Amino acid sequence: MIEQQLSILLVVLPLLAAPIIAVINRSSIAWAMTLSVTVCCLIMSVWMLSGVVDGSVIHYELGGWAPPWGIEYRIDTLNGLVALIVCGIAAATALYAKRSVEQEIPKHQIPMFYCAFLLCFLGLLGICLTGDIFNLFVFLEVSSLSSYALIAMGRNRKALTASFHYLVLGTLGATFFLIGVGLAYGATGTLNMADLSVRLPQAVDTHLVNTAFALIVVGVALKAAIYPLHLWLPNAYSFAPSVVSIFLSATATKVAIYVLIRCLFHVYSVEYVTNTLLPQLLIVMGGVAVLYGSMRAIGQTGMRKMLAYSSVAQIGYMIMGIGFLTEAGLTASLIHLFNHALMKAALFMAAGLFIYRANTATFENIKGLGREMPWTFAAMVIAALSLIGVPGTVGFVSKWQLLQAALEENHWPMVVIILVGSLLAIIYVWKLIEVLYFQPREKMRVTGVASGSENIGRSPISMAVTLWILALSCIYFGINTELSMDTAKSAVEILFAADGGQR
Amino acid sequence: MADNLILRVMSKALIPVIILFALYVQFHGDYSPGGGFQAGVIFSSAILLYVMVFGLDAAAKVLPDKALIFTASFGVLLYAGTGVVSLFLGGQYLNYSLLANTAMAGQHIGIIVIELGVGLTVASVMLLIFFTFARRTRVE
Repeated sequence: MIEQQLSILLVVLPLLAAPIIAVINRSSIAWAMTLSVTVCCLIMSVWMLSGVVDGSVIHYELGGWAPPWGIEYRIDTLNGLVALIVCGIAAATALYAKRSVEQEIPKHQIPMFYCAFLLCFLGLLGICLTGDIFNLFVFLEVSSLSSYALIAMGRNRKALTASFHYLVLGTLGATFFLIGVGLAYGATGTLNMADLSVRLPQAVDTHLVNTAFALIVVGVALKAAIYPLHLWLPNAYSFAPSVVSIFLSATATKVAIYVLIRCLFHVYSVEYVTNTLLPQLLIVMGGVAVLYGSMRAIGQTGMRKMLAYSSVAQIGYMIMGIGFLTEAGLTASLIHLFNHALMKAALFMAAGLFIYRANTATFENIKGLGREMPWTFAAMVIAALSLIGVPGTVGFVSKWQLLQAALEENHWPMVVIILVGSLLAIIYVWKLIEVLYFQPREKMRVTGVASGSENIGRSPISMAVTLWILALSCIYFGINTELSMDTAKSAVEILFAADGGQR
Repeated sequence: MADNLILRVMSKALIPVIILFALYVQFHGDYSPGGGFQAGVIFSSAILLYVMVFGLDAAAKVLPDKALIFTASFGVLLYAGTGVVSLFLGGQYLNYSLLANTAMAGQHIGIIVIELGVGLTVASVMLLIFFTFARRTRVE
């Protein structure tokens, strides 16, 4: 019973905290509340995941209305894992946020910043937990709208155009998704995902079902920034405030990938997807994304934009794994979902620290900064190594799984692409390390810092500690894969079970 | 436009009617088409009419931004809080049936309270958006 209530409390707690923060309007209280809410949610999500990891499913009927009429929250291992990722990253981001936000956001906007942050967090959590596809759309909009606002708060004025660009494309994606949901509703008369999966194969009007499928996939692909629909991502991530790029890079696209997995394997079935062009398309797009993202990352002149393009590449690995349509492939995707969240958050945190100290993260301005900030630099190297996939780090685990999945299916071109992608990752990671450590220190061009400011001298403990927690977890989960691997396997087993996960 | 007699008289006659209609849509929403969202928009349109005729400053005196932010947040809290009350009464989130002795009365109370929350939030947010944009054009 308590585990059931947990599923709703995860969404309600931030929902209650956000308006309270807006009313109190004090930045220190706002931060304290954000931190405590996210930590509470993290504890609850761990608790919830431990309840469903054995394959059982938590059902929660909102308002006491029985599904398929009412909205149902339905948590299995897959939801539990993604919710844990979102809560974990949110808690880490909140711990990291205080000083970075104080520096980057105008003082009077700080409470509203945390308010929007919590709304974005609750939207992403809601997407993970709900079992109702229209409710999912609503949460998608909650998280998207608040993330547009968050991105627009970036200091660089380009943040406004980046946010607007994201707003246009994101709304387009959400609209496509909504039209798809509407058509699926027209074909079946239900919005509950479990019910949809039973009724879609029986639907008479197959044109409607197929069109709905196409629209849902394109809509979600836009949100997930799957190549060629990734155009909003690099600017949005590189001009947003540091805290926002940490949080969004580690969670927003991951949650969209979760929606894709949920729609392909649960709402529609593996058999249905096999008979479409989509698997081949996903594999090819994934391969292209890996090469394109990595190549563009090499060409960047700023750390955050480089990381953003690397995200495009890493998303490529995930959808490649989905495209294989095998248990091994999907397991690899899920593990990479978890692992990539850890390493990208760590890397963006390092970038945030450089921005905190040097006010910018373009390569020209951070030359030799690594020698002045050895701890930050070391943590960044650990995360960067796991981006390459060096054994002993999380990146190795997921790439190894993906390679095995590709070999199993004899997808030789993809095997080559995965390896080439890792080589390209070495190039851009090396470029970063060279700039930070081996290039001669130049007189730093610092702008926007008051004279006598201590920011140049030292990094805040809270930011450095959070960065190290994530960097060390990159190693920990690379060696002890029990949590990520077992949970992912159990989630995939449920999706591929003979009854299609109907429980 | 405050010096235009026809506009002034007509808007003074219209604004109370619009507000009354908003309240009708608000509280009759559980029997007929309507509800908090529509009522909130209608309510805010009455204030918009007032702003267009009598100016932004006059309206901002009655409805300062801080008050609007408070009512917007309070509406959300009212909605979410109703759900929490039913949680504490031992039911599912937003299960109104537990709010009163009989399920029917509980459903009535529940829907009226949460629609009130929706109405408050929608009306205040509509006004906040309008005020923000109206001020922007005035400055530049």
